[in-house]
Amino acid sequence: MLLANKTISILSFLLLIAIWQGLAVYINDNTLPTPAIVIQVLGQEIKSGQLPHHLGITLLRLIISFSISMFLGCAIGILLGINKKIDAFFDNWLVIFLNIPALVTIILCYVWFGLTEFSAILAVVINKLPNVIVTIREGTKALDKDLLEMAYCYKFGRKKTFLHVIWPQLHPFVMAATRSGLALIWKIILVVELLGRSDGMGYQINLFFQLFDVASILAYTIAFIAVIQSIELLILKPLDKKALRWKR
Amino acid sequence: MSDIYIDIKSKTYTTADSQQHTAIADLKLTLPENQFICLVGPSGCGKTTLLNIMANLDTQYEGEISSGQNHIKPSIAYIFQNPRLLPWRTVRENIELALDKPQPDIIDTLLETMQLTHIQHKYPEHLSLGMSRRIAIIRAFATNPDILLMDEPFVSLDTPTARQVRSLLINLWQIRPHTILFVTHNLREAIALADRLVFLSASPMTVVSEVEVSIPRKERNKEALIESFRQQLLDKHTIIKDLI
Repeated sequence: MLLANKTISILSFLLLIAIWQGLAVYINDNTLPTPAIVIQVLGQEIKSGQLPHHLGITLLRLIISFSISMFLGCAIGILLGINKKIDAFFDNWLVIFLNIPALVTIILCYVWFGLTEFSAILAVVINKLPNVIVTIREGTKALDKDLLEMAYCYKFGRKKTFLHVIWPQLHPFVMAATRSGLALIWKIILVVELLGRSDGMGYQINLFFQLFDVASILAYTIAFIAVIQSIELLILKPLDKKALRWKR
Repeated sequence: MSDIYIDIKSKTYTTADSQQHTAIADLKLTLPENQFICLVGPSGCGKTTLLNIMANLDTQYEGEISSGQNHIKPSIAYIFQNPRLLPWRTVRENIELALDKPQPDIIDTLLETMQLTHIQHKYPEHLSLGMSRRIAIIRAFATNPDILLMDEPFVSLDTPTARQVRSLLINLWQIRPHTILFVTHNLREAIALADRLVFLSASPMTVVSEVEVSIPRKERNKEALIESFRQQLLDKHTIIKDLI
């Protein structure tokens, strides 16, 4: 069954490439280069050092804004999940921030704080933070009260209760916030870079757009998807496996 | 460790339609050191409320729970109806977490007495309910409390498993004596386990009668003896019939 699933997944991937190849040959135009050309451009960009440089900068921004969002989001989310009054007070704020379009936050940050690295990171954090807060808040509300009572009766204390009772229960919610966070943040970062930075993936893609260089745009996209997939496979999946090893 | 005194003047709560309801009224009990006491009463009479008060999970009451001459608060260990083990920690880790400092020797002895040494590194989800209950018992004994509170811990076990866990519990208790307050609505179970039975009434809950169980410990596995003691109790104290 496992093998069959893997085969299906490989077949579907090959089909996607085949459709792309077919369309590219059919259209026969610069606007849709064939996979082979894109791979060739990818190789050149890596060799020239351009792609690693810009990809690295974007990844650094991603790591910084992601870490800040997750850390603050978890802390605030747990606080709101535990304290009903604070939750009631900030609920409206959350709804407002959740509904502000990303583009608006980015432009406002640039207008208010200048075209700086700080503005760029802040814009991404403001976009991501409400999602993390909501996810973690729901996780905190769903904590098993029986286990918390047990921890109280056996005098676990705050540290032990958090580490051994609360955090393992929040783990699936943190992982959900991480996954949706990575997907959301990297999309926002590209816009942030496109609008107000002079380096990074977003800046490069804007450049290629002006040159109508679709092959480079696709090459950068593939590189970025590969990096995000590697994070999923090399970091998130093993973390999940380790944390859920107790499950039957 | 010393005797423990329960003196609850009243415990009230407000129902959904804003009615004041008295759950416990004038409940006085002395629990002599290392005695095994079974509280027997109808379902919903407030037995769990009493245990929650003793465990400090419920502080909205008038009265006092104290121990010894100096009236200090006794330390407790609570064995819940549901074992309440952390599913993401192994059996051994679950026991270790309840302790202030590592006591590997004590854990080893307890695991051996409860015949669970072989599963100590397994996760609770991989174990049967009977095993999980035994782990909850070990966790409670390991903390060496002034009193062990047990809230119908064998309620959903099948008869042979319940009998096995009961006998392991008594075995453990005889090796490491503790005061135990055991809640049940099963009179046969209470007779098989207890030194003393305390019968409770419902709404409000109060002590109706106290009976010493005279069957020697060695003969508690004889069903016929338990049954005849039960019958005698029911004949002698007609009020008990209405309580169970």
